[in-house]
Amino acid sequence: MPGILSIVERAYHGTIEEQDDTILWLSHMVKNAGADLSILLRSNAVNYAVKGQDASGLSIGGVALSVPPTLDTDVVALSTAGVTVYVVEEDLSDRGIGNDELCDGITKVKRSGLAKLFDDHDAVWHW
Amino acid sequence: MTTSGEKSITIALMDPPYESGTTTTALRIMDTALRKGISVNVFAYEGAVNLTMRGQAPHPNPVKGTSIEEQDHPSTAKFIAGLFTLGADSPKLEWVNCGLCVDERGAGEWIDGPRRGGPGDLFKFSQESTNTLIIGTR
Repeated sequence: MPGILSIVERAYHGTIEEQDDTILWLSHMVKNAGADLSILLRSNAVNYAVKGQDASGLSIGGVALSVPPTLDTDVVALSTAGVTVYVVEEDLSDRGIGNDELCDGITKVKRSGLAKLFDDHDAVWHW
Repeated sequence: MTTSGEKSITIALMDPPYESGTTTTALRIMDTALRKGISVNVFAYEGAVNLTMRGQAPHPNPVKGTSIEEQDHPSTAKFIAGLFTLGADSPKLEWVNCGLCVDERGAGEWIDGPRRGGPGDLFKFSQESTNTLIIGTR
């Protein structure tokens, strides 16, 4: 049985200042520490799985953000590291996000399948 | 504060650094206003008093394997210091940190520019500004 299911639903909160999403980052660190971990993107956070995001070009008070966040490649990096990244299928369709817009390696799950997904994990971390 | 005839906007903030997209949006509004010649008054309340902390420091990113220099981590204090440069004279940036919020957080070490104040400053700002934008925490 997989260990931890980490649920991310708040999206783009502080990502510019942090240069990443804090929970995706923490999840990657926890994975690197040896955890058996999966991620579920739901609500607005499903947009993290959309490829081709570009947050470059920001400057405030003449101070440029030279290294912008790259949420889509962060999601791919998690998948490459062995983290299964689930997205809620209806949350994608509610936002008009099609399959061809998603990064590789994403696993879709229906809302009706969430209870089983939770049950399939030892722990659920709902951020 | 602005002289008669000048445009100004007052912005009240509550969110701490690194936790909200609204902070980035507010800083962008301030940048745009100042570049358009509109003075900006900011009342930083509760966690927002940490936005101007002098000790904010960049760090490497162990997930990406980048160094401090490569990561070039931004900070709200650095952005706001840049805004103070834009708003040094006319247009003018005024930034008030709520003093009691500062005390309860031990958050008194700021960059140059902000001053200590209280809710009365927000009221005064709002009375003297063309408009007021309240950005509460959610």
